[in-house]
Amino acid sequence: MIAYTSSRLLQAGLVLLIMSFVIYGLMGLMPGDPIDLMISSDPDVTSEDAARLRTLYGLDQPITERYLNWLSAVFQGDLGFSRSHAKPVLDVLLPALGATSVLLGLSFSLSIALGVCTGIWAASKPYSVRDYAVNFFAFAGISIPPFWLAILLILLFSVVLGVLPAGGMGAVDPTGLWDSVKFVVLPVISLTIASVGSHTRYMRAAMIETLRQDYIRTAKAKGLSPRQVLYGHAMRNALLPVTTIVALDFGALFSGALITETIFAYPGMGKMIFDAIMGNDYNLALVALLLATCMTLVGNLLADGAYVVLDPRIRLSGERT
Amino acid sequence: MSTLDHSLGTSGTSAGTLAFRRFLKHRLAVASLLMLTALVLGAMAAPVAEVLLDTDAKQVNLFGRFAAPTMAHPLGTDELGRDVLVRLMYGGQVSLFVGATAAIIAAVFGTAVGLLAGYTGGRFDNLLMRLTDGVIALPLLPFLIVLAALDISKLGLPVSIIHDENVSLYRIIVIVALFGWTTTARLVRAGTLSLKSRPFVLAAHANGASSLRIMLVHILPNLISPITVSTTLAMGNIILLESVLSFLGLGIQPPTPSWGNLLTNAQELIWEAPSLACYPGLLIFVTVIACNFVGDGLQDALDPRALEK
Repeated sequence: MIAYTSSRLLQAGLVLLIMSFVIYGLMGLMPGDPIDLMISSDPDVTSEDAARLRTLYGLDQPITERYLNWLSAVFQGDLGFSRSHAKPVLDVLLPALGATSVLLGLSFSLSIALGVCTGIWAASKPYSVRDYAVNFFAFAGISIPPFWLAILLILLFSVVLGVLPAGGMGAVDPTGLWDSVKFVVLPVISLTIASVGSHTRYMRAAMIETLRQDYIRTAKAKGLSPRQVLYGHAMRNALLPVTTIVALDFGALFSGALITETIFAYPGMGKMIFDAIMGNDYNLALVALLLATCMTLVGNLLADGAYVVLDPRIRLSGERT
Repeated sequence: MSTLDHSLGTSGTSAGTLAFRRFLKHRLAVASLLMLTALVLGAMAAPVAEVLLDTDAKQVNLFGRFAAPTMAHPLGTDELGRDVLVRLMYGGQVSLFVGATAAIIAAVFGTAVGLLAGYTGGRFDNLLMRLTDGVIALPLLPFLIVLAALDISKLGLPVSIIHDENVSLYRIIVIVALFGWTTTARLVRAGTLSLKSRPFVLAAHANGASSLRIMLVHILPNLISPITVSTTLAMGNIILLESVLSFLGLGIQPPTPSWGNLLTNAQELIWEAPSLACYPGLLIFVTVIACNFVGDGLQDALDPRALEK
């Protein structure tokens, strides 16, 4: 068990290291380097100054050298300075991470709860009208362009009904709980609709698979009510494979958050990454992308851990080796 | 041949016909296929519509902005006074072309990776599958945005490519294809693993067939069904991704219209012209859901085991 966990952690660390090099290399291919940007914003910088600055910041060195310098700085706790925010990267990153966690946490829980319920509901009567209807709406949720959904929600709730703000985060002086909450409502709805479809389909497939097992027939034969069979016996086992697939979807959820946050001007990680890439703020983009990768890896690790905890069969085989 | 068929009780019905019959039973899939055909034909008819309506898709007319639907402009005009219907049709050409091309490239790449990994096995298999898992688990969109924002002149490509007017088109095709191959690769690998120890593959081996020949002539034809299904499903996802990137201003560049970039301005104009925000999104939605239903129908039709369950 400990050997398994440590090897997984080691693997994740290795992946993160490789990704950091890949992302660092990609940032080097972005248009314009910091000195070019400095020259374009300050006409007094001469070409000698530029050359001197390049040497000073080590920009004339090969990319591997620069990467190693950056890496050693990171390990000493120096993540660099954000150009567009004029703050250390960490000071920009942490509030955004908090905002995104709220958004992702809320929509992820909502989507799982909804997906599990409708999945079971559909699977309890497979190939019925109810099943087809759930399937249709699940497909619709998967297929709807997330940015268009966000625009439609703005159109309905902000333009036509005028009950919710079209974007932003928090009023200047909030007068009640609603003033802070109302900015989260539309982003959460939009992100939930975008992910609930696939969660429903996973749950439905896993339920149908489980309901075909022998022990379900036994449970029915010994006279348990359909409700007991469905929730007491089938649901717990069907949830197992769903945990893994849903955790793999975490990356997709983050991608969804990027779109949602950008459209609703919600100050989270996704919007920050987008703005950082668009605004040539490469220090920030680099660390934020790594943090997003790191979050996904941690999500996957947690799901694997949850799987081991939830499924005694795996735990037993793990102890034997 | 027919006597053999009769003795087997199949009365001369080929596997293909059976699959086709099963597909016809999936009504949503059939309707979706018709819908996709209609969309493709509609997109191809753009120049005809342009002539019939006597308008120019690129002609800016600032006096005719946000015109209501009339006979001359069935869906009205946009913020620059251009005909919305014709722009949507031209946008469809671009979006559908990108979707189909990138899906095919992704399918070829995924098939190659899956075949190699499954057939070679061992460490190479492990490496390729780790790579695939990695791409699946990554938060895709931020990386796609980085790739779309790269300065391609720093990649050392020939100048003729960098200054090609269609460069944004090629670029978006490559970018979305880069991430659309993973499902195909996994399915093909699984199929190859189970096929490579079958008697007919062993027989080919004994006959002295090369590895390449075994992979392409003996294994690949048996995997056409899963590849078709996953390519259809990937096409939906790829059209969705293209629209997202174009919407964010990183994909197809205006004035070339695509369903994604037609929505770029829609958010700012939402108060003046809400209907402009509806049409392109609706078309993307219909296309993607149709691809998914066709994929679902193909899955049922080509894999009868799924129905028996």
